[in-house]
Amino acid sequence: MLQINNLVVEIEGKRILNGLDLSVKAGEVAAIMGPNGSGKSTLSYVIAGKEEYEVLDGEILVDGENILELEPNERAARGVFLAFQYPLEIPGVSTMTFLKAIMNAQRKAREEAELTTPEFMKRVKAAAQELHIDQEMLRRGLNVGFSGGEKKRMEILQMALLEPRFCILDETDSGLDIDALKIVAEGVNTLRDPARAFLVITHYQRLLNHIVPDTVHVMANGRIVRSGGKELALELEASGYADYREQAA
Amino acid sequence: MAEITPIRTAAEVALVERFEDLKDKLPGSGEIARGRDEAFALIAAAGLPNRRVEEWKYTDLRSAVREAAPLAERPADAAALVDKGRAFAKVDAVRLSFANGHLVAERSDLAALPAGVTVTPLAAALAEGHPLLAEMGKVAVAKGNFALALNSAFMMDGALIKVAAGTAVDKALHLRFVNGGASPFATAPRIVILVEDGASVTVHESHEGVGTAAYQANSVVEIVAGNGTTITHARLNAEQADAIALSTLAVTLGAEAKLTSLGAVTGGSLSRHQVFLAFAGEHSSLTLGGATMLRGRQHADTTLVVDHAVPHCDSRELFKTVIDGEATGVFQGKIIVRPDAQKTDGRMMSAALLLSETATMNNKPELEIFADDVQCAHGATCGELDDDLLFYLTARGLPRAVAEALLVQAFLGEALELVEDEAVREELVARAEGWLGERT
Ligand SMILES: Nc1ncnc2c1ncn2[C@@H]1O[C@H](COP(=O)(O)OP(=O)(O)O)[C@@H](O)[C@H]1O
Ligand SMILES: [Mg+2]
Repeated sequence: MLQINNLVVEIEGKRILNGLDLSVKAGEVAAIMGPNGSGKSTLSYVIAGKEEYEVLDGEILVDGENILELEPNERAARGVFLAFQYPLEIPGVSTMTFLKAIMNAQRKAREEAELTTPEFMKRVKAAAQELHIDQEMLRRGLNVGFSGGEKKRMEILQMALLEPRFCILDETDSGLDIDALKIVAEGVNTLRDPARAFLVITHYQRLLNHIVPDTVHVMANGRIVRSGGKELALELEASGYADYREQAA
Repeated sequence: MAEITPIRTAAEVALVERFEDLKDKLPGSGEIARGRDEAFALIAAAGLPNRRVEEWKYTDLRSAVREAAPLAERPADAAALVDKGRAFAKVDAVRLSFANGHLVAERSDLAALPAGVTVTPLAAALAEGHPLLAEMGKVAVAKGNFALALNSAFMMDGALIKVAAGTAVDKALHLRFVNGGASPFATAPRIVILVEDGASVTVHESHEGVGTAAYQANSVVEIVAGNGTTITHARLNAEQADAIALSTLAVTLGAEAKLTSLGAVTGGSLSRHQVFLAFAGEHSSLTLGGATMLRGRQHADTTLVVDHAVPHCDSRELFKTVIDGEATGVFQGKIIVRPDAQKTDGRMMSAALLLSETATMNNKPELEIFADDVQCAHGATCGELDDDLLFYLTARGLPRAVAEALLVQAFLGEALELVEDEAVREELVARAEGWLGERT
C-alpha cells in the first residue's frame, strides 16, 4: 500500500530525512519508534503533503502512485490520514461544522453524494460515543479549550468518520493517561481492516501493548536503521535508543 | 494681512459653486440657513481633507474625489428605486426608505409606527424649524469634522425620530438607503434619533447601490440617548462598487445606558465610516464592532473617537478587516479618557487579515488618558492566514480555497457573532460567505 524509496528531505537547508526506505502492506500495522528529533514527525508531514519541507530525492508511492506532487487534500481523498502530534485549535469553527465540511469534501472528491444531515448526525453520534466524546464538545470551536487527551480523541474521531485507507498516528499516545490511551487504542483497533494500513509513530513502547503492531521500525537520524517484529519494541524499551544514535551518527 | 487664497482643486471649486447655487433652495431658513453657512465655511476654508490632515492621513479625499457630483434630486421613480434594495429584506422591521437620500413616504411605514415612536421627514422639519433639530450637532469631538460639516451644509432630507420616554419599541426600525442613478450624484441624508430616558430601540441601517453611475454618499445618523436607554444598532455598507461613501454615527449616551453598534462593509470604491461617541452619564456601556471585506482596489476606513468624559463607563471595540487584491483598510480608533473619567474600562482591538501580498492595512489605535484610575487597552494585529492551520484543514481533505474561506469566516465571525438580532446576524454572515464565494 505504502512504498517509500530513498526519501531525502530538507527544511531551511537542514537535512532531516536521509534516504529513508519504508514499506507498509495493506492490513498491516507498522510502528515507527525512535528518539526525539530523529525525523518521525517530518516523515508524517511529508507523507501528508506539508509544503515547507523540500523533497530533494525519492518517492512516496500509495498503491503504486507517486503522491509527492499532489496537494494535501488530494492525498486525503486517496485515503491518507494523519493524526497530528499537536492537533491545532481553530476558534470560530465549530467542531460539528468542521466534521461535516471534511466528510463532504472527501465524498465530493470521490464523486460520492453528500451526506444528509440525519445520516451525518447518526455517524458522528455513534463514533463519538465509542470514543467517549461528549456531545457538548462537538459544539465548541474545534479543539478550543480541549485537554491534550480530548484533542487526541478528536483526531481519532475524525479518522473513524473519514475511513481513510492509510492512517498515520503521530505520537497519539503522548499526553494520554492510561484510560484515555485505552480508549484511543480501542478506537484504532476497531478500524483495523485487511484493506487498511497504519503507521503508528511513538517514542514509547507503551502504546504498542494496546495497538499490537505487525512490524516495528527503528528510526534514527532520518533513516530506518532497523526493522523487525513486535518483539523489537520490547527490546527497545529495555535497551533505550542510545545504540541507534551512535550507529546512525 | 494678505488674504490667503488656497489653491483649489476642480472638485473644491465645484463644491463652492454648488453651495452658492443651492443654499437658497435647500430646506430651512433663518438659523438653519446660518448653520449651513457656518458648516460650509469650514469646508471652503480647509478644502477637501488630504493626507496632510492628521485625521485623514490614510484617506485622502482631495486626491480621491476628482469631481464634486451634483446633489441628488428626489428621483422620479423613487419607489421603484428602493424596491431594488435587498438588504435586510428578511428582517422583521418598520421601514423608512430613502432614495438617493430622499425619504420615500410610499415605501415607508410612517402610518404603522410602533407605539411611542414618532417620525418627522427632515425636509419638512427643516422648513418648519422643528424643535428636535436642536438635538443636532451635540457631540463635541465631532465638531469640525469634514463629512459631518459637508452633510450639515447640504442635508436635504432624512428623518427626525423620537422614541418616547420609557418605551420599549417592539419592532426594529430599518433605515433603508438605496442609491442609484444613470448619472453621478451626491447624497446628504441626515437622521436624528432622540431616545428619551428609559426607552429602548433597535435600529438597522443599510446602504445599497443599485444604479449604473458612480455616486458620492454622505450620510449622518445622530443618536441622542437619555438615561437608562438601550440602543442596538446594526449597519450594512453594500454600496455600489464604484461609489464614494462617507458615513457618520454621532452619539451622546446618557447615564446607565447601553449602546451596541455593529456592522459589515463590503461596498464602495472608497468608504469611510466614522463613529463619534460621547459618554454624558455614568455607568454606561458601549460596544462597537464590525467586519470589513475588501478586494480589488477598494479602500475602506473606520474611524472612531470615543470620548469618556464621565466616570464608570465601559467601551469595547472589535473590528475585523479582511483584505484581498490591492485593497486598503484603515482603522483609526481613539479613546479619550478625560480627567474626571475615573474607573473607565476601555478595550479596543483591530485585527486585519491580508489575503494577498498587495493588500494593505493601516492601523492607528490611540489612547489619550488623562485620568489615573482606569483600565484601558488597545491592540492591533495584521497577519496572513496561518499556514499550519491551512495544512491541517487541507490534510483533512478540504480544498485550499475552502480551507481559506473557513478560516476567514472564523476570523470575521468573532465580530459578527456580537450581532444580537438573529436575522440580521444571519444576513451579515451570509453576505460574508457570499463575498468569500466570489473570491477568485
Ligand atoms: N519546521 C522546522 N524548521 C526547522 N527545523 C525543523 C522543523 N521541523 C523539524 N525540524 C527539525 O527536524 C528534526 C526532526 O524533527 P521531527 O521530525 O519533529 O522529529 P521527531 O518527530 O522524531 O521528534 C529536528 O532536529 C527538528 O528540530
Ligand atoms: Mg514528533
